[in-house]
Amino acid sequence: MPSIPLAIDTRGIERVYKAKPRPITALAGVDLRVEPGEFFGLLGPNGAGKTTLIKILTTLLLPTAGTAHVFGFDVERETKRIRRIMNIVSGGEQSGYGLLLVREQLWMFSQFYGLGAREGWRRVDELIEAVGLQDQRLQKVSSLSTGQRQKMNMARGLLNDPWILFLDEPTLGLDVSAARAVRTLIREWKGAVVGRTVLLTSHYMAEVEELCDRLAIVDRGRIVAIGTPADLKRRIQRDSIFRLELDRLDGGASSLSGLPGVLKAVTASDGSSTSGGARQRTAVKLVLADDNALGPVVTALGQRGSQIVSLEKSEPTLEEVFVQLVGRSFADDSEDGGSDTDGRGSSSGTDGAMADPSAPPPPTAATERMTEDAPLAATGLPER
Amino acid sequence: MSLYVRRGAGSPTDAARWSRRRDVMTNLRSVIGRAYPRVIGSTREPSWVLFEVLLPFLTTSAFVFVYRALDAPTEYVGFVVLGGAMSAFWLNVMWLMAAQLWWEKDNGNLELYFTAPIDLMSILFGMAVGGLLATCFRAVVVLSIGTALYGVTFSVEQWGLLLVVFFLTLSSLYGLGMVLASLFLLWGREAWHLTQLMQEPVYFVSGLNFPVGRLGFVGALAISTIPLAVGLDALRQLAFAGGVASFGTPSPEVEALVLVAMTAIFLFAARFFLRTIERLARREGRLTARGQ
Ligand SMILES: Nc1ncnc2c1ncn2[C@@H]1O[C@H](COP(=O)(O)OP(=O)(O)O)[C@@H](O)[C@H]1O
Ligand SMILES: [Mg+2]
Repeated sequence: MPSIPLAIDTRGIERVYKAKPRPITALAGVDLRVEPGEFFGLLGPNGAGKTTLIKILTTLLLPTAGTAHVFGFDVERETKRIRRIMNIVSGGEQSGYGLLLVREQLWMFSQFYGLGAREGWRRVDELIEAVGLQDQRLQKVSSLSTGQRQKMNMARGLLNDPWILFLDEPTLGLDVSAARAVRTLIREWKGAVVGRTVLLTSHYMAEVEELCDRLAIVDRGRIVAIGTPADLKRRIQRDSIFRLELDRLDGGASSLSGLPGVLKAVTASDGSSTSGGARQRTAVKLVLADDNALGPVVTALGQRGSQIVSLEKSEPTLEEVFVQLVGRSFADDSEDGGSDTDGRGSSSGTDGAMADPSAPPPPTAATERMTEDAPLAATGLPER
Repeated sequence: MSLYVRRGAGSPTDAARWSRRRDVMTNLRSVIGRAYPRVIGSTREPSWVLFEVLLPFLTTSAFVFVYRALDAPTEYVGFVVLGGAMSAFWLNVMWLMAAQLWWEKDNGNLELYFTAPIDLMSILFGMAVGGLLATCFRAVVVLSIGTALYGVTFSVEQWGLLLVVFFLTLSSLYGLGMVLASLFLLWGREAWHLTQLMQEPVYFVSGLNFPVGRLGFVGALAISTIPLAVGLDALRQLAFAGGVASFGTPSPEVEALVLVAMTAIFLFAARFFLRTIERLARREGRLTARGQ
């Protein structure tokens, strides 16, 4: 049957960058198939190769080996066709000209995407409203906050109503509420028309879990697992992960990691029950070799004078899936120098290994630097 | 919300198929789109007005006083004022246009231009058109103030040719700007420093402040290689008909042909470099990445 071709179809994609001491293999054979209409996530730590893959799919970069097609069009030879039906928005994007008004800047971009002059203005005004920038529409681009800036970038990415939208860490560096607003916008846009396809990269587990139908976990240029969030979590269901709430814990969670059968012990940041009450409680997440290891832990806690307030077996998170598959956490990766070419710095680290997935990560050093850079980047140009 | 209604083609395969007309129209609109911030910018950027009006005007004035002190023919004052006005375009090409693509790489615009369904030439063309329009205003200011202040009298016999030569001068100048812009992107800072070094010598051999025919062989060489030199010489011959400007250089008609050839060569070169850039960028993963 002459059905619609796959939205994304890559076979054995490799990409090697020429670099100073030795070449860097950013992608080491990626096979990825995304159906039209899917919301697909690429989850992986810094340097995993996510941006490289997006650049290949958006015709910015050639693969060193392998083939890739977007809606049936070859990324190497049919670049123009692909460019007509896609768009891309990246986190921390500083595109455009700071001295233009929001409305003017969006109109300028609309002209590059094939909209008529008047059609462009109409669409710009619709999108400004849709992303919630009505109050800023006549403000200079350089005066926008980071969150407003990213909403404008999203509006830019939707100008041509793309059949496939590539989002490269779209909430990078945003505060909690701005990130949420951007996610809501993405979800609403995607959900409104059947057939719209999104490929989103992120190193925020929660984001991928919240938005994506399916995801691939990427590490060091390879896809290590692929499936729905539920699929992936089911794979490590056999693991024993417990959430304990204690009245107190001397020595912190790490003091438990030495106990027999304990694979990992971290402080959980989701201690919602601790906030209101007068008593200080500590929540701990434990990854155990198996359920039987729990007994000795309980005994050990008792000996240290900690009382267990509550105990429950946890659903695994995507982070745990990653740890299980790759043998280290995102945070570990940044410590051994997960290189970063975007100049955005490492963004993991504060994104604690087992932090509650519902709590978006706090701003990191990288995000601070980025917001600091914004006015600079805006004024350093001949055309501000 | 109306935003959420898909319009247009029913499948991505159809949506990716554009008529030739739509393709051409999109590229034309992109020229306007890219020229837009330039023109708007000139109204929002007082510091550049200072840079591009006051600076050429001061240099011009200095030469006017020198020529007066030397009792040079009065025409020379006119040459200087005309040179001052045209130097506004030269400054615009060398300082803004040449470095523009390079800046655009840094803020990610270049990546977006690459991923837009247009030819990069349209973007470069838009930059040129925008810069040209914005600078016209400045050139007119320098010309009018200079003319009024120093009592320049023009004697034009061939208005049509004067206009043609003026536009050809601009097209070759901005053609050169397009070439420089792509070269900068390719070679980065080194190219930038090189052009800055070249600025004074170019001013000199272009005869910005005196008729280039006086330079003999060097002048002839300049006329055959630097658009500013040919353009200015032709403009002078036409604006001050029958004067000393005609001494030692080809006729304005011949110079107009030189300008046509230069424009064509520069446009082809710019296109060639842009193709090279795109190829390199995609192969090496270099040029579109930030901070390099
Ligand atoms: N232009 C480049 N030149 C050299 N190395 C690069 C370049 N871009 C990315 N890399 C390297 O390729 C690897 C993957 O990078 P990237 O695709 O940006 O990962 P991610 O987006 O997942 O953080 C990293 O090791 C990075 O240092
Ligand atoms: Mg990246």
